[in-house]
Amino acid sequence: MFTDNLKTEIKALTTKYPEGKQKSALLPALHLVQEQGNNSLSVEQMDVVAELLSIEPIEVYEVASFYTMFNLKPVGKYVLEVCQTGPCMVQGSDDIIDHIKKKLDIEAGETSADGLFTLKPVECLGACGYAPMMQMGKFYKEHLTPEKIDKILNECRNNAS
Amino acid sequence: MASQKLLLKHADVKGIETYDVYRKHEGYNSVEKAFKKMSPEEVLEEVKTSGLRGRGGAGFPTGLKWSFLAKPEGVSRYLVCNADESEPGTFKDRYLMEFLPHLLIEGLIVSSYALGANTCYIYIRGEYAWIVDILEKAIEEAKANGFLGKNILDSGFDLEIYVQRGAGAYICGEETALLESLEGNRGNPRIKPPFPAVKGVWDCPTVVNNVETLAAVVPIINHGGAEYAKIGVGRSTGTKLISACGNINKPGVYEIEMTESVEDFIFSDEFCGGIPKGKRLKACIPGGSSVPILPANLLLNTAAGETRIMNYESLNEGGFETGTMMGSGGFIVFDEDQCIVKHTMTLARFYNHESCGQCSPCREGTGWLYKVLKKIEAGHGEIKDIDLLWDIQRKIDGNTICPLGEAAAWPVAAAIRHFRDEFEWHVTHAEEAKTRNFGIAQYADALV
Repeated sequence: MFTDNLKTEIKALTTKYPEGKQKSALLPALHLVQEQGNNSLSVEQMDVVAELLSIEPIEVYEVASFYTMFNLKPVGKYVLEVCQTGPCMVQGSDDIIDHIKKKLDIEAGETSADGLFTLKPVECLGACGYAPMMQMGKFYKEHLTPEKIDKILNECRNNAS
Repeated sequence: MASQKLLLKHADVKGIETYDVYRKHEGYNSVEKAFKKMSPEEVLEEVKTSGLRGRGGAGFPTGLKWSFLAKPEGVSRYLVCNADESEPGTFKDRYLMEFLPHLLIEGLIVSSYALGANTCYIYIRGEYAWIVDILEKAIEEAKANGFLGKNILDSGFDLEIYVQRGAGAYICGEETALLESLEGNRGNPRIKPPFPAVKGVWDCPTVVNNVETLAAVVPIINHGGAEYAKIGVGRSTGTKLISACGNINKPGVYEIEMTESVEDFIFSDEFCGGIPKGKRLKACIPGGSSVPILPANLLLNTAAGETRIMNYESLNEGGFETGTMMGSGGFIVFDEDQCIVKHTMTLARFYNHESCGQCSPCREGTGWLYKVLKKIEAGHGEIKDIDLLWDIQRKIDGNTICPLGEAAAWPVAAAIRHFRDEFEWHVTHAEEAKTRNFGIAQYADALV
């Protein structure tokens, strides 16, 4: 997982901060590791990050467990982060979440049997005018409908096979 | 008459996100003017004269905030741009950064010059991952054209701008939590004082401003603070971005002059375009989820019967008893089909999820608010639960290190204050409440 490239990338992050303040690179480093790995962070991976940034492992764990974007348990290849806060709720996010649950036969927080999808209801993602919506990887999927969800799921399945 | 546009003037120009097109549309003029003709102190004076108030939600005068910045010899100063936009209903900064990245970069350069900060960080919420690329590209272009880096425009002033991604924590929009996060820590707000202006990031003097605030510095320098202050009314000067959502025909980001009436904003085609399917207006949260919700009658007119205007003072008219706040400009509209109990419950869940856990009144209180609201929403509530909710919110308000406590308490307080009969109906008609909503009752009788 930790290729020389990734290690160099993490080290390079620290140049954005003053001498001795390399801990500031922790969040960006954890994003890199999670994105280049399996969408989640293992204790072993966090230990390597600690070593690269010359900080204690506990400093990495306490930060990783604070921020909701870091997944500390294994998740699917695609994480469907559906916003469920007020403005999205008004536009029917409950129906979108129910539809995904039925389609994938999973509950919130669970991963589909094929290991492809995890449903992760989240709080406001700042797309209230384009609701209902979800985040998938780097990008937002907005103005969701059940049909649009079906299409996205199929696309993901095709890409994965 | 269409509103004057200062920030979004060129938003529709094709390719405006690129340096070349942006430069052809007055881009970076304010940097040239400031660096060649003005001292840092003169830039600060213009911002003071403009009356610009923080656009993140608190509305604190920006020039005054800048003037608090400590300037000890030999200590680095920092400008941090708060792009952790996470207040439900708010998506205006995203719009600015996504479509006008150079406007923000330009604002950051002029502001850093005024503050004497040689390093600037844009702390952006982690979910806006693709916008990081947009900003970094704009920074690269600005640097290639001599507006960033060493000795900008031969002024002897150096500046580097870096983008820092958060990782999904609403609390990091609070400025001291943001600084903790920027240092690579959990986002626990700090006890103030000392304020960031004295001890900010890495204990150095730091100014933290919202994206829209820093972008507004560009037209202020271009046109002068006095010209900027002529727009708007009273202490609400300049233009404000409003992100409108909920049950409206045209959700989106609008730039207003703060002289439009709330009714015009909701119903005119220039802005929200009215409510879909001919439904009636029930309620609205005009400034992001933390500010008090108002029923239609109090939203469109103050308790004294005056037309309510989209600005800081008018929205606040009547205090929390009958008024609300401008906040971040996250404007959420509810039609007659929306359930206030359910809506308040989702907000309580939000604040419970986002509480950092540092202060007990917030950590425990937000959990209780959510649990009690869930109980009422599920049809198991008792009348005394409504009083319990009131009691809990009152005990959070004012008893926490940062404003998240208030942000969680106010929406519940306002919902009960104005919609108590709807909460009571959920208790007395629990079965019926599962199949239909309370509707509009007397709230909107006055209008439409």
